Amino acid sequence: MLNHLLSGDLPRSRVLAVVLVIILAGLLLTPFIFPGAKALNVAAKICYFIVLVASFDLLLGYTGIVSFAHTMFFGIGAYGIAIALTHMGPTWTGVAVGVAGALVISLALSLLIGLFSLRVKAMFYAMITLAVASAFMTMASQFSDITGGEDGLSFKVPELLTPGFSLREAPFLGVSLDGKLITFYLLIAVTVVLFLLMLRIVNSPFGRVLQAIRENEFRAEALGYRTVSYRTSSNVLSAMFATLAGALMALWMRYNGPDTSLSFEIMIDLLLMVVIGGMGTLYGAVVGAAIFIVAQNYLQELMKVASGAATNVPLLRDLVHPDRWLLWLGLLFILSVYKFPAGIVGKLRLGAWRKRTAQPGA
Amino acid sequence: MNAPATTAVEALPTVKPDRLPLMLLPVLALVALPLIGSASTWVTLTFAGLAMGMIIFIIASGLTLVFGLMDVLNFGHGVFITLGAFMATSVLGLMTGWTTSTSLLLNLVAVLAAMLVAMSVAGGVGAVFERVIIRPVYGQPLKQILITMGGMIVGEELIKVVWGPQARPLLLPTAFQGSILLGDAAVEKYRLISVVLGLIVFAIMTWVLTHTKVGLLIRAGVHDREMVESLGYRIRRLFIGVFVVGSALAGLGGVMWGLYQQSVIPQLGSQVNVLLFIVIIIGGMGSVTGCFIGAMLVGLLANYTGFLVPKVALFSNILLMVIVLLWRPEGLYPVGKK
Repeated sequence: MLNHLLSGDLPRSRVLAVVLVIILAGLLLTPFIFPGAKALNVAAKICYFIVLVASFDLLLGYTGIVSFAHTMFFGIGAYGIAIALTHMGPTWTGVAVGVAGALVISLALSLLIGLFSLRVKAMFYAMITLAVASAFMTMASQFSDITGGEDGLSFKVPELLTPGFSLREAPFLGVSLDGKLITFYLLIAVTVVLFLLMLRIVNSPFGRVLQAIRENEFRAEALGYRTVSYRTSSNVLSAMFATLAGALMALWMRYNGPDTSLSFEIMIDLLLMVVIGGMGTLYGAVVGAAIFIVAQNYLQELMKVASGAATNVPLLRDLVHPDRWLLWLGLLFILSVYKFPAGIVGKLRLGAWRKRTAQPGA
Repeated sequence: MNAPATTAVEALPTVKPDRLPLMLLPVLALVALPLIGSASTWVTLTFAGLAMGMIIFIIASGLTLVFGLMDVLNFGHGVFITLGAFMATSVLGLMTGWTTSTSLLLNLVAVLAAMLVAMSVAGGVGAVFERVIIRPVYGQPLKQILITMGGMIVGEELIKVVWGPQARPLLLPTAFQGSILLGDAAVEKYRLISVVLGLIVFAIMTWVLTHTKVGLLIRAGVHDREMVESLGYRIRRLFIGVFVVGSALAGLGGVMWGLYQQSVIPQLGSQVNVLLFIVIIIGGMGSVTGCFIGAMLVGLLANYTGFLVPKVALFSNILLMVIVLLWRPEGLYPVGKK
C-alpha cells in the first residue's frame, strides 16, 4: 500500500524515513503543539514551498535544466487567484477560474520559452530565463490596473476559508475550529496529493527518460528519445506545479504582490532549498524546504543570542548578526554543491546503502 | 589597423570584415533624432546613453572573454562590481579633503586612487574566487551555474558584513560636477568623462587583443581552445589572467557606476547581472567588439525610450535582445566555436 502510494520510491534510509515522518507529523500537529499565528504561518509556508521546491527539482534535479524563471510561474499562479478573486468576489468559481486561467497562461508561456530556447546550452537557457523573469516582474509591478502594482492585491477568499468562519462554537483541544484551520489542513492535503503526483511522474518511464537526459543527453538521443520534446514536457510540467504552488500561497496569504511571489530572492531561496535538500530526490524538496524555512524564521533568534554573546568581538559580532543568516546558508549551499551534490537526502541514502551492502560481506 | 601585409599573407584567403552591426549605432541614433524632435535634447540623451553603455561595456567585457575562453559563465560577476563601488566609497571617504577641493588635479588624483584600489582589490578577490569557486567545477555547467550563484550570495552578504546593509553615498568630486554646454545641449561633465574612459579601455583592450602575443593567444583560445593547448600553450594560466583582469575591470565599472548613481547599495551587482547577460548575448558570447556594440545599443535605447515612452524603457533591453537574436541567433558577432 505505502509502496504503491510512494510509487515504489521509498525513502531507502531509516534516518530519512524518520525525518520525513517527523516533518509530516510536525506539520499536521502544528496548530495543537505550537500555538500562535507565527508557527502556523511557518508551517503553511513549508507546505507550499514543498510543492514549489519539488517542482523545481523536477526541472533541475531530474532533467538537469537550470531555469531562473521558476518564480515567474509561481507568481502567475498567485496572481491568477488574486486577480480572479478581486474581480469575481470570494467564490469557489473565482478560485477555479483563477487556477485554470493561471495554468493556461503558464502552459503557454513555458511551452514558448521551452521551444524557443531549450535547444541551446544550459548556460544560455539560464540566462534567457533570468532575463524573461526580470521582465515579467517589471511587467507585474507596472500594470498596476490589473496586478495592483508594487502594493499587490489583497482579496477575500471563499467564506469557508476565512478566519471568521467557525465549524463549532467550542474549541477542540484548545484550538478554535475556524476557517484558518480548515485552510491549513486543506493546504496540507493538497500538498500531499501534489507531492505524490510528482513522485509518480519521476518514477514513471517518462521520469526515467528525463534522468537519462540529465546523465547523458547525447546517449539518450542516440537511443531514439526526442530529447527536446522530453525537456520541454519537463519544463511545462514543472511550471504547472509551480503555478499550483503559487495558487496555494495566494489562498493562504489572502494577498499577493511582486515581492511575495516574483522576487529574485525567492528564486535564490529555491535554489538553496533544492541543493541543500538534495537534487534529484523529491524527498530532498521536503527536507530542504523544512530546514530552510525553519532556519529563515528561527535561525535569526539563535544568531541574536550568539551575536549578543559576541558583542565585544568586532568581526565575529557582524558575522553572526541576525540579518546575516543568508551568509551561513550560502556557505552551506556552496559546500553542498562540492561535497554532497545529492544533498542531505543523497547523503543519508548513501550511508544506508553502504551499511546494507557492507553487512552481508563482513 | 592590421600590420602591413606581405605578399605571402596576401595570398591567404581573408575574411571580409563584418561591419553591418557597427552600422546599428548611428542608425539607431539617427532614427531617434526626428522622434525626439529637439536636437539639444537628443545630444543630451545620446551622451547619457553612451556613458551608460561605456560603463556596461567595461563591466561586461571581462564576463564575455571569460566565457569565450573557458565556457565559464560567472553568475557571481556582479560581486566584483559591488566590491569596486564599495571600495571607492571607502577610499573617497578617506580623501574628503581632496574630493571637496576645487582643484581639478586633486579631484583627479582622488578618483584615480579610488579606481586603482578598487581594481586591485577586485582583481585580487577575483583570483581567489577563481581558485576557490570556479576551478573545482570546470566542465560541469550545471554545478558552475549553481556555485557561482552561491559565490554571489555569500559575496553580497560579506559586503554587507564589512560595509553594512544600507546604501552609501558616493559623491562626485567638485570638479566633476555640473554640466557643460555643447551648443544648446547641456551634457554632464561626468558622462563625458565616462565616455572618454570607456573609449580608452576599449582601445587598450582592442590593441592588446590584436597586437600582442597574449592577445593572439586569447583570441585563438576563444576560437578553439584545444588547438591552442595542443600547440603547447598553457591556456589555464591565460584564463586565470583574463579572469583577474575581467574582475578588475568589473571593479572599475563598479566605481564608475557608483559615481554615476551617486550612491551604492549591496544589491548593485545582482541588479546589474541581468543587463550584463543581455549585453553579452546580444554581442555574441565571447566577442569583445560585439559586447561593445551591445552595451552601446542597450545604453542608447534605454535613454531614448526612457524619454519617449517610459513604460517601454523597462523592457527595451529584452526587446532589443529578441530582435537581435531573430536577426542573428548567435549574437551580433558569433565567435564561431566548433
